[in-house]
Amino acid sequence: MIALLVRDLRLAIRAGGGFGLGLAFFLLVAVLVPLGVGPEGGLLAKIAPGILWVGALLACLLSLDRIFALDFEDGSLDLLATAPIPLEGVVAIKALAHWLVTGLPLTLAAPLLGVLLNLPLTGHGWLVLSLFLGTPALSVIGAFGAALTVGLKRGGLLLSLLVLPLYVPTLIFGAEVVKRGAAGLSVEAPLLLMSAITLGSAAALPFAAAAALRINLR
Amino acid sequence: MSIWEYANPKKFSETAARILPVVAPLSALTLLVGLIWGFFFTPDDYKQGATVKIIYLHVPSAMMAINAWGMMLVTSLVWLIRRHHVSALAARAAAPIGLAFTLIALVTGALWGQPMWGTWWAWDPRLTSFLILALFYLGYIALWQAVENPDTAADLTSVLCIVGSVFALLSRYAVNFWNQGLHQGASLSLDKEENVSDVFWLPLLVCIAGFILLFVSLVLLRTVTEIRLRRLAVIEARERVE
Repeated sequence: MIALLVRDLRLAIRAGGGFGLGLAFFLLVAVLVPLGVGPEGGLLAKIAPGILWVGALLACLLSLDRIFALDFEDGSLDLLATAPIPLEGVVAIKALAHWLVTGLPLTLAAPLLGVLLNLPLTGHGWLVLSLFLGTPALSVIGAFGAALTVGLKRGGLLLSLLVLPLYVPTLIFGAEVVKRGAAGLSVEAPLLLMSAITLGSAAALPFAAAAALRINLR
Repeated sequence: MSIWEYANPKKFSETAARILPVVAPLSALTLLVGLIWGFFFTPDDYKQGATVKIIYLHVPSAMMAINAWGMMLVTSLVWLIRRHHVSALAARAAAPIGLAFTLIALVTGALWGQPMWGTWWAWDPRLTSFLILALFYLGYIALWQAVENPDTAADLTSVLCIVGSVFALLSRYAVNFWNQGLHQGASLSLDKEENVSDVFWLPLLVCIAGFILLFVSLVLLRTVTEIRLRRLAVIEARERVE
């Protein structure tokens, strides 16, 4: 399993595209929004938590179809499905690899973009923490969506239609953490609820995703 | 006699053909009685005036929008566990109906909200979760259409329906957390204290019964259509081989 993780990470880094693209997209969102709504600091500070979370979510979405598509095309997914490790484990590892190359860089880059969007200083810590705890859920839910659409020719658009509604709870709680944190309020409730969603998805969704993969590989 | 008898497409179609001529007119009649009673023979509300009458469309369609998803969840589970094709086809047949009910609820709500709340749309928890429900329906229908192999499509949509149900519920409570409501509480409940007054309540019950019958007849009709489409595809495939 560790070998699989290393292989996926290596492929992602050497083949490029994947995580650089996500980061660039995230940066572009943070640049385009002030251009769209105007440079007024108070307004930007108010919408920064939401924009940063939505941007991270969309950046995450960009690379989702790569989780399984390439392996499906060259047949290595069939080999992984017949390998002695459980397919659920493969899904979990692939989601983890996806998180390491998209979610984690997004989390680390977020404070920088927070400065661009005039996020109050008190909010930065909560921004990093909420993304750190929330983006794994995005990767796992995305892996489930990618497993559903892996055999399809034009799966990309369908994938976003399927996955985005599933992202709603994570987005709400994540942005709420940052919003409350920036305003100096207690963030305990949304933070705990968001972590619960992450843990729950990480525990249950690999099974659903593996079931979908088995159906698609039939 | 067991319910699984109707998993046989032939038996199902025959039964549906026998039930439909009863259920469909009955639903039309109930709806007609309920709506006419509601629209013309109930007093105006002292605050809302005549706009209150949209309740006879809004509440039943909103109820059925949720119940349709519940029915899809049950039939999806039946398909995954017992592999009865009729069950998967019924789920497929119900989805566009559920989407239509969701949209009716949203549109009637907007029409009522404009004069009453002064806005077509507010990001109220109930409104938002219905919009999200509509998105779930859209994704479900799109997945059915995108997958070519019918059995694969049935399997994948069933898995999506189950996972989607969990996340739809999560979203429902997450949006509660996110914004305080503008929408009033339930107009109907088993606890008599909370109900709207009887003059409004009785025609509303008739309308709800009408919507349930309408849903049943539409699902039966569409399921039979799906069974026939499936048969047609088999016949065509056979002819191509010969």
